[in-house]
Amino acid sequence: MKLDHAFAIGELPTKERNWPAMWRAYRQRTRRRHLLLRAIRHRRELTPVANRTGAIRKTDILCLMTVRNEALRLPHFLDHHRRLGVDHFLVIDNDSSDGTDLLLRDEVDVSVWRTAASYKASRFGMDWLTWLQIRHAHGHWCLTLDADEILIYPYWETRDLRALTDRLDQLGREAFGALTVDMYPAGPVSASGFRQGDDPLQSLDWFDGGNYSVQVQPKLRNLWIQGGARGRVFFSDEPRKAPTLNKIPLVRWSRRYAYLNSTHSLLPARLNEVYDVTGGESLSGVLLHTKFLPTITERSLEERQRGEHFANGAQYAAYYERLMNNPTLHCRTSTRFRGWRQMEAMGLMSRGGWL
Amino acid sequence: MTLGIVMLCHTALDRAAQVARHWAVAGCPVVLHVDAKVPAAEFGQLQTALADLTKIRFSRRFACEWGTWSLVEASQIAATAMLSEFPEVRHVYLTSGSCLPLRPVAELRAYLDSHPRTDFIESVMAGDVGWTVGGLDLERFTLRFPFSWRRQRKLFDAYVTVQRKLGIRRRIPAGITPHLGSQWWCLTRQSLSAVLESPDRAKYDDYFKRVWIPDESYFQTLIRLVSAKLESRSLTLAKFDVQGRPHIFYDDHRQLLRRSECFVARKIWPHAEGLYDSFLAQTPPRDVQPDPNPTGIDRLFSAAKDRRLAGRTGLYMQSRFPHASHGGDTCAAPYSVLAGFSALFENFADWLSRTSATKVHGHLFAPDRVEFAGNETVYAGGLSDNARHRDYNPRSFLTSLIWNTRGEHQSFQFAPADAQPIASFIAQDPNARVSLISGAFLVPLFQSNRNFGEIRAEAARLQKIEGEFLSLLRGPKTRARVRIWTLAEFIESPMAALQSLVSDIAPRSEMRVTEVPKLVDLQGFDQFLQNLRNQGMQLTLLGDLSAESGNAPRDQQPNRPYVVR
Repeated sequence: MKLDHAFAIGELPTKERNWPAMWRAYRQRTRRRHLLLRAIRHRRELTPVANRTGAIRKTDILCLMTVRNEALRLPHFLDHHRRLGVDHFLVIDNDSSDGTDLLLRDEVDVSVWRTAASYKASRFGMDWLTWLQIRHAHGHWCLTLDADEILIYPYWETRDLRALTDRLDQLGREAFGALTVDMYPAGPVSASGFRQGDDPLQSLDWFDGGNYSVQVQPKLRNLWIQGGARGRVFFSDEPRKAPTLNKIPLVRWSRRYAYLNSTHSLLPARLNEVYDVTGGESLSGVLLHTKFLPTITERSLEERQRGEHFANGAQYAAYYERLMNNPTLHCRTSTRFRGWRQMEAMGLMSRGGWL
Repeated sequence: MTLGIVMLCHTALDRAAQVARHWAVAGCPVVLHVDAKVPAAEFGQLQTALADLTKIRFSRRFACEWGTWSLVEASQIAATAMLSEFPEVRHVYLTSGSCLPLRPVAELRAYLDSHPRTDFIESVMAGDVGWTVGGLDLERFTLRFPFSWRRQRKLFDAYVTVQRKLGIRRRIPAGITPHLGSQWWCLTRQSLSAVLESPDRAKYDDYFKRVWIPDESYFQTLIRLVSAKLESRSLTLAKFDVQGRPHIFYDDHRQLLRRSECFVARKIWPHAEGLYDSFLAQTPPRDVQPDPNPTGIDRLFSAAKDRRLAGRTGLYMQSRFPHASHGGDTCAAPYSVLAGFSALFENFADWLSRTSATKVHGHLFAPDRVEFAGNETVYAGGLSDNARHRDYNPRSFLTSLIWNTRGEHQSFQFAPADAQPIASFIAQDPNARVSLISGAFLVPLFQSNRNFGEIRAEAARLQKIEGEFLSLLRGPKTRARVRIWTLAEFIESPMAALQSLVSDIAPRSEMRVTEVPKLVDLQGFDQFLQNLRNQGMQLTLLGDLSAESGNAPRDQQPNRPYVVR
């Protein structure tokens, strides 16, 4: 079988060390430096609102994010990731109007920057984040998330990020992969009553357990996983366009690194190899995706009008259309969320050899 | 008579202080060796923290590096200090700063009191150990290792290779037999002092300075010369992963550690607040004191090792995507691919499902939609019946289906009219059980109500596809279990074939096929084939059907071939 776009299961070739590979490596280096330059150019778009970065200690674990109107989710987001052991949050507020800035400004472990510049023109916020990473994240374990993502990993309830990153250090690994799993309610998305500060997993407690398409992109050798609830419901006819679900949210950062495409892949390319190719399993986690809160319908309307979310917005018109119509994602074979051990047993994440 | 603790510390000194205090308060003298690389300020803090305890000493400091002589030197100095400073000590226990006592000190003392002459040290003949990482066991003693394994790995490896090629060997001093074992021992004063005060010590030290990882062999080897009574096991629970890195214990291991009944565990994560709190709490010794029993832990660790190295077969996910040569070409469990049966029998899938009590799907790779069993639109794990979705990545589709339904045998129909890209994967998948009736694809055409010209073209197309699939199945790369009948052979004795199919799917069931699926009406099929031939088509996959059926016209004995005996 030939997938024109990637290596399918059973087709991953061994890595080559030849002229084309070296040329590709050189091109990637140029690309990476270009991205770093872009980030430096975009730095002026950020205005500090509350800069507490002076308090960051050498061994602190950082969490970076770009947000827009996330006042509803942020309290729980901060609680959860604080509990995981994030020492400092660096947040870019992209012109929120719902009080997100007020909510963040007074948190002692949060630094906030504000910008009204275009999200799309900043590579969907990545240029801003890259700048903050150059400036503040060098040498730190650095978590880059969206406000609707909740990181869990094997043993997260009893072992915080310090334990996880110590483990990764011990293994000599610089990056940690996580699969985005769309969480959804039992009925139509607008039916659940969600209030600010609630745990979104109280109402979004269902997910798709085993409909993920896995392949490897040849150039960067990063995984390309699609499917899940969004793939099944919104992109069945055009599966190629379905959202990418694999992410590399946790990296021991260097100021020379740059995320390439959201946090799906990064340069240098070696960081993308978060998977084992010899049959074993390496340690990985899950990002519980809480996009499908009741506010999704109005949000989709706004996002579509702003057209700031996809490179080619028109292609996704039908997707937004359906999101606005209060869809039901739950189906007969949905799985109810019971915790990380369940997801580990289902093979959505792996503890590798961590015991 | 008492127990003395030697602690080798290099990080997390606050934890080391906490543990040292625990031992000292319970009446055990403690000698601490602190790595010389620890800054003076931190060392000072440690000294201050323990200043109120009279039974604590600090030995001369060496800069320690993993795998080198410095660790042995540190243990020697600290042990010597222990023996001379605390004459009441009978057993000396070597621990590290990240060790944690799991049982009340009194229990350990009682245990040692009941074994007053015994040395507890794992000591295994170097040629016999299977656990050394990198395969170096006896060669640790006969090669030279001037390069750091951690920092100069390439030089290290290259130098080992060169020595092997040239056959260069060090001579092992006369009188000693190399032994290896865990570096955490508990020795009696008599044995330990015999090693440390040996007249040949200078000679042995010189030799072991150039042995690789001498802390796992110095005492382990020399103790054999002096020990009166030796138990070859460590009292410290210490586990290593596949790369030889120590396993770390966290708060959630509390029950596991407690149940192991080991006296000391290594290595404890310095931030494991719960472990330090609960195990350092002063608890009285119990009346019944069981012996250490780490088998439960051993089992868990070998399972973890397995997960890390071998992974779960047939799972393809974000942290497992193996090369084909490493099991990246198979599904999680055996499954059956049935080609031609549903064309020959009415409601074949239902029949097979009933007979074998397993899931039997229709044509999973049908061109228009996925025909899941029970006509479901969405199947296990959220798999969609959308054909485009399936065809986008058919291998993920099939491996996901088999993974999601593991524990329940899956079968599905496959025909030349189905989407074929999956065929090569099926052919080389050792878990695939392919049963194929070649030429059966003609039967649906025979039944169809189409113009003969169309039928002729379609028959030629399907024959070509099936021919390709057959040559794939007969090819050298095929690892699926394959059974092929021509249509003629199958019709000759269908019952035997069906029986073998059922016992293949449900091997444990003693089931004999009693209920028989209904063969489609083949009256006029001969003429149909003849017409195809007359139109210039060569039928290559049927077998010798026409001659036989020509002799026994089917219209007289429609059900003859599969009479149940």
